[in-house]
Amino acid sequence: MYKLNNTVMKMITPLVSGILFGLGLLLSGMANPAKVRAFLDVFGDWQPALIAVMVAAIAVFALAYAFSKKMKQPWFHSIFHKPSLTALDARLIIGAALFGIGWGMVGLCPGPALLSIMTGQEDVLIFILALLLGNRIAHISVGPAK
Amino acid sequence: MWNELAGGALIGLAAAVLWLGIGRIGGISGVVANLFLLRQGHRFWSLYFLIGLLLAYPLYVYLVGTPDMQITNNKVVLVVAGILVGAGTYIGNGCTSGHGVCGNGRLSLRSIVATCTFMAFGMLTVLIMNNLPYSWDV
Repeated sequence: MYKLNNTVMKMITPLVSGILFGLGLLLSGMANPAKVRAFLDVFGDWQPALIAVMVAAIAVFALAYAFSKKMKQPWFHSIFHKPSLTALDARLIIGAALFGIGWGMVGLCPGPALLSIMTGQEDVLIFILALLLGNRIAHISVGPAK
Repeated sequence: MWNELAGGALIGLAAAVLWLGIGRIGGISGVVANLFLLRQGHRFWSLYFLIGLLLAYPLYVYLVGTPDMQITNNKVVLVVAGILVGAGTYIGNGCTSGHGVCGNGRLSLRSIVATCTFMAFGMLTVLIMNNLPYSWDV
């Protein structure tokens, strides 16, 4: 019975997380490209409200992360998959820079982009297809980070 | 201000549920790569996360109303930006969620550097685009 529950919870946990994530993106305005671009427009008509999104999200996750250090394992899984990369290399900087340019151009990062598929807007679908193409190009040309 | 704080708290809670529940970092560029580059062993949770993310939209429309989502209709800008976001997040191993929320919450130096970098380049891009004598329709 315990095993069955774990299997079900391994489906329900990411499902619930995805719903909460999406609701948060929509409520905060992170899924509105015009608002994101206005937030990035620090030298023009700057709208700084989205700082609050970052601060609140980081604070809540930081608390959960601190709490997890007292746990032997996650509630429904055997281990915590802690990111293994630690090096500050050119790859990290170049990748982040390219992402920043694309993010500034349209105002969509991957989460809001995926979520926006549901609006059925042609412009969002074009962006998503280009995103998947870029993902594939990077995968073929540079491969996974080690 | 309250919507931003509450929305941010929900995003943090979502990442917390994923970490405490199944020990996974809630990074959307990771989810995209797991699903569309067919990474073994990661597809299971990523698929359910994506379904949840998509379900959030009709749920939000039902609970709150249709959200304001204004996007450019300049096809060249959309394609170039999409490719840059898809390639950049793959190369840099993360985006606004994996680095911006989870990584910074863990005080990961890599994520702090990545966040400062994509914020700086995002700001620079908006500055340049908004000051060129060309209408981007953005």
